[in-house]
Amino acid sequence: MPRPKTDAARPDAGSILKEARKLLAPRLAEPSRRTFLGSLTLGGVAMLSGCSLNDGDQVERALAAISRFNDRVQGWIFDPDALAPTYPAAMITRPFPFNAFYGIDEAPAVDEAGYALEVSGLVADKRGWRLGELRALPQVEQITRHICVEGWSAIGRWGGVRFSDFLKRVGADTGAGYIGFKCADDYYTSIDMATALHPQTLLALTYDGRVLPREYGFPMKLRMPTKLGYKNPKHIRALFVTNSNPGGYWEDQGYNWFGGS
Amino acid sequence: MSADPPTSPSSAVVYPRWLRISHWLNALAVPLMMGSGWRIYDAAPLFAVSIPREVTLGGWLGGALQWHFAAMWLLAGNGLFYLTVNLVGGRLFRRFFPVSPRGVLADAVLALRGRLRHDDPGRYNQVQRAAYLFATLDLVVLAMSGLVLWKSVQFAVLRDLLGGYEAARLVHFVAMVLLAGFVALHLVMVALVPRTLPRMIRGR
Repeated sequence: MPRPKTDAARPDAGSILKEARKLLAPRLAEPSRRTFLGSLTLGGVAMLSGCSLNDGDQVERALAAISRFNDRVQGWIFDPDALAPTYPAAMITRPFPFNAFYGIDEAPAVDEAGYALEVSGLVADKRGWRLGELRALPQVEQITRHICVEGWSAIGRWGGVRFSDFLKRVGADTGAGYIGFKCADDYYTSIDMATALHPQTLLALTYDGRVLPREYGFPMKLRMPTKLGYKNPKHIRALFVTNSNPGGYWEDQGYNWFGGS
Repeated sequence: MSADPPTSPSSAVVYPRWLRISHWLNALAVPLMMGSGWRIYDAAPLFAVSIPREVTLGGWLGGALQWHFAAMWLLAGNGLFYLTVNLVGGRLFRRFFPVSPRGVLADAVLALRGRLRHDDPGRYNQVQRAAYLFATLDLVVLAMSGLVLWKSVQFAVLRDLLGGYEAARLVHFVAMVLLAGFVALHLVMVALVPRTLPRMIRGR
């Protein structure tokens, strides 16, 4: 079952460190113990738990390097013409699950009156976009499967502006590497240009035929059926085109950056 | 490539070096994949049961995913190596066939009565043939369903073959349970016939 990331994804840092110190203490020689435990990080402990490898940092670095290698492999596997399956309306998951790194009551309420999407970086036209202007652009709609990194999936119906159309309209350098997103809930993430230009990548303004509600990311969400849920930013405030990888909220903590499906 | 002897002189290598290396790489890859997979499962359990956190690998979901998508290269690379050598050398057919349900049943009954002979280690009995063939096939199913879970859009043919993303989750889980069963049985058999262990290390 879906659940807020606050419960599911992160262990309680304090208790894990305490546990790890308790487990590791007897194995270490007295003189070296203090220095080793002093430098023990939560990430290192996370990698250690469940196995007896005793150099957490090196293991962590190796795993991070393999994750970056997997980013490249996924970029290579990604077929810009391969479409995600679409579904009939009867298959939509109701209610569509809320999912974020906070509870549903804490989802930000963005005021439409004062809102304009910031566009910056490697684009010709850097002016802001009011919601009315985005709604006036050609709209498309699709019913696709949202797959969460946790494993569960749900089918939903999103509508909005094809992101590649928007990028062309603002004169984005589509030869650039990345597009970064900053959100009203302080979430941030970034995607590769190939996925940004994919025909099913939408700057979603509606959900199930209605204005995108607050819990699903008002005023807009980038909806990509070719990416896992955490790569689909909600409550987007600003986007920028860049050649240096901007990372992301979960990605910087260890989730795979490419996160494609 | 294969040092597999067609006849078996007394000093013959029962398990050629490539097989032993492949076996122990698998013995490393499978617990890494299974331990991290259990932690990933726990993030959104398919059934009412969760895996106890103590036996999982990775600490949190992000760590478990890193382990899983690192160890997959070891498991897949080793698996391809094993299958290639087995198929090209014809070892697969020499060692694992013929095998029949009746033969498996007969050998299983002998084994349970303690009367199954183990004096020619170069020759697998019917139960071993069935079990090792099953484990190989099950690992292939795990890899295929895993590819669908990882890349359900890119591997569309495989996804449709398995009945979609959610069905692939179920297939991946069931295949994991079956592999865990194989590993448990395998370890029990090694405990019962311990001389097979040094043989898998030294080869003879």
